[in-house]
Amino acid sequence: MSKDIRIKKGLTIKLKGKAQQKLSSVSRSNTFVIKPSNFYGIIPKMIVKVGEKVQVGDIVFYAKHNDQIKFTSPVSGVVKEIIRGARRKILSIEITAEAKDTYKDFGTKTPNKLTVPLVKELLLESGCWAYIKQRPYDIIANPDEQPKAIFISAYATAPLSADINFTLSGKENEFQTGIEVLSKLTEGNVHLSVDSKNSSFFNDVQGVSLHKVSGKHPAGNVGVHISRVDPVNVGEKVWVVQPQDVVVIGKLFLTGKYDPTKIIALAGSQVEDPQYYTVIQGAQIKDIVKGRLVNEKNRIISGNPLSGEAVTERDTIGFYDNLITVLPEGDHYTFFGWMPFFGNDKFSMSRTFFSFLTPNKEYKLDTNFNGEDRAMVVTGEMEKVMPIDIYPMQLLKATLVGDIEKMENLGIYEVAPEDFALIDFVSSSKIEAQDIIRQGIDLMIKEVG
Amino acid sequence: MKFLRKQIDKVKPFFDKGGKYEKFGPAFAGFETFLYVPNHTTSKGAHIRDGVDLKRVMMIVVLALLPALIFGTWNIGYQNMGDGHSFWEYFSFGGIRILPMIIISYGVGLGIEFAYAVFRGHSVNEGYLVTGLLIPMIMPIDMPLWMLTISVVFAVIIGKEAFGGTGMNILNPALVARAFALFSYAPFMSGSTVWVADSVVDGVSGETVLGVLAANNIPTTSVYDMFMGFMPGSIGETSVLMILIGAAFLLFTGMASWRIMLSSLIGASIMGFVFNLIGSDTNELFNYPWWKHLLVGGFAFGIVFMATDPVTAAQTTKGKWIYGFLIGIFAILIRIINPTLPEGMMMAILLMNVFAPTIDHYVIESNIKKRKKRLQKIKA
Repeated sequence: MSKDIRIKKGLTIKLKGKAQQKLSSVSRSNTFVIKPSNFYGIIPKMIVKVGEKVQVGDIVFYAKHNDQIKFTSPVSGVVKEIIRGARRKILSIEITAEAKDTYKDFGTKTPNKLTVPLVKELLLESGCWAYIKQRPYDIIANPDEQPKAIFISAYATAPLSADINFTLSGKENEFQTGIEVLSKLTEGNVHLSVDSKNSSFFNDVQGVSLHKVSGKHPAGNVGVHISRVDPVNVGEKVWVVQPQDVVVIGKLFLTGKYDPTKIIALAGSQVEDPQYYTVIQGAQIKDIVKGRLVNEKNRIISGNPLSGEAVTERDTIGFYDNLITVLPEGDHYTFFGWMPFFGNDKFSMSRTFFSFLTPNKEYKLDTNFNGEDRAMVVTGEMEKVMPIDIYPMQLLKATLVGDIEKMENLGIYEVAPEDFALIDFVSSSKIEAQDIIRQGIDLMIKEVG
Repeated sequence: MKFLRKQIDKVKPFFDKGGKYEKFGPAFAGFETFLYVPNHTTSKGAHIRDGVDLKRVMMIVVLALLPALIFGTWNIGYQNMGDGHSFWEYFSFGGIRILPMIIISYGVGLGIEFAYAVFRGHSVNEGYLVTGLLIPMIMPIDMPLWMLTISVVFAVIIGKEAFGGTGMNILNPALVARAFALFSYAPFMSGSTVWVADSVVDGVSGETVLGVLAANNIPTTSVYDMFMGFMPGSIGETSVLMILIGAAFLLFTGMASWRIMLSSLIGASIMGFVFNLIGSDTNELFNYPWWKHLLVGGFAFGIVFMATDPVTAAQTTKGKWIYGFLIGIFAILIRIINPTLPEGMMMAILLMNVFAPTIDHYVIESNIKKRKKRLQKIKA
């Protein structure tokens, strides 16, 4: 079963420093990091103490709201430090790694021979459950529920994003097993959406309904596929998993080990030789980027430049990310920078720069705000980059005033912050759309649940 | 430029929080950000941002207005002096008259904006860059400057700031200024003597095409003159050609809605055509060919620069079609069957400004209904 999805709205931003298809490994970090803030809405309850020894797959903490959801160590070693912030909030957990990993054995399993509760238990115990997120809200799925479908997007359209065909190559077996695991969790379909032009890796995947997607960013966002294939209604749940995480789940069943090794791209105009690296989840950023960056004032982003998170060198790559972007900071003044048709090194959706003459140029964009925040004035620009059937400006306004009924009516359940990332980008009033939607989702979780 | 930046950085601390002149911070920031796009970096959300900002958007509209403004300035001279003079003679004649109006409009309007920014502690918005140029362009050239001043004050305070400033107003501020002037100082705003500079003194007849029609006479202005703009009227409105150049620029840069422009055109054409079909022995306007309606009065200027104001127009895509269409319909309707106003464009736009939120409401409602229907289908 295959259905094509063609996305017309959107904007592809071409940036300098796309990763070359070349794979190296980074030297093993001494310290590995777990950041609870990677798991949105989770308040960690610690199981281990400082000084305790852990293996790969040992539980480090569980979620306060649901003790079934556990988070495990990506590495074997000794818990070095639990870094806390204001009101004793746990910011990160640092583990001093041993030279070689020892794994907790979960036993090899054949997913089709297990009952659903056993599959869930294995996922929960190994920490793999965290890879499964739900829509609405874009938070970790509730293991007591059953989704109407599971969506996997293997099409990455965000600027600089890693080529999934490359990062998954050679892992067909693990991926297939992962799909079998996921299909146990739903009575509906497992939907896999792939790049219509390049999907060689996914041609032989069994047990999924395949969708060939084409179009500009955000055509690769899983939220867009859900809205086209099987939109989320009030009270319904859809689960989403990322392809590289399907592989980790598959590996768990095939080998009995939780092995969060993944291939990530290190990209961006500030990277000397942008390419791919094999890293273990939790590796510190400094070990990944050391000696590989242009020595300027940089911003390191875990994830893509539109919806990623700024990180320091002491942090780690985000749990769900397979890309580290490094861009120049943009804290400079521009003399008469608002003069139309001047400053053509900048990229714009509007034709107010001569950059519209060079649509294929790769831009070196920095983090300058390019203006100041203003009331919403220009209309129509948000709609140009929103392929989901909602009214983005009206939804944002409803969210700003916290009108729950209106938010529900206007489709808050169908969106995640990342779907509004391009609105952040194009808005001439510099609206923080992702932040507004995130707060709106928080409100919905609190009030509606 | 580094010298200038250094000077600014030197005085900046006085206006920052805790500084001596903290209160005037917004005004200082207004000037500073005019000179320099600030060094702010993204702190949440997307890490990279589009190069466009509101200042750039507003400047695009100002640039789009320039052809009509330059032609209008020339035309002031041409209408007064008639044939046989050089371009510069016409232009300087017009320039001397229009420059004070522009200075007053910007000076008074921006003064109020800055004062509001200081008192309310918010940043100075760029919206007035466009409004300030629009206001003189839609006024008669002979308007006394004090009337212009009062109109500007009314438009900015009641039309805009009372609602919360740029982005919040319901009515187009420039049209509020014009409507205020029209109803307060009607003798200076209509009739056959206001549309040409010094027409009373010099004895030049200065009736607009619509004025002639409203008096039930048949105008003699040629189609060529109407298209090029060689006729009396408000400063900006006469030349359809120059307005089209501005429109092309706006549409090319993506700063104005082509949907509104097109649907207004369709609406006005249909309405004019309907009246042509009906015909009348007592009202010459009924018989005026529908396509000529598009060339005269403020229609072209209105749909390109006024109806497309994103703040006061409908905001949804479907809503824009309806909004523009109704502006076209009402503009011609008011023109033809309203005996007191020879031109209906201003009233049509103001009326639809009021109804734009209602139009949007119903458009959005249909999206909501679709969502609810989908849910019911699943439940059933």
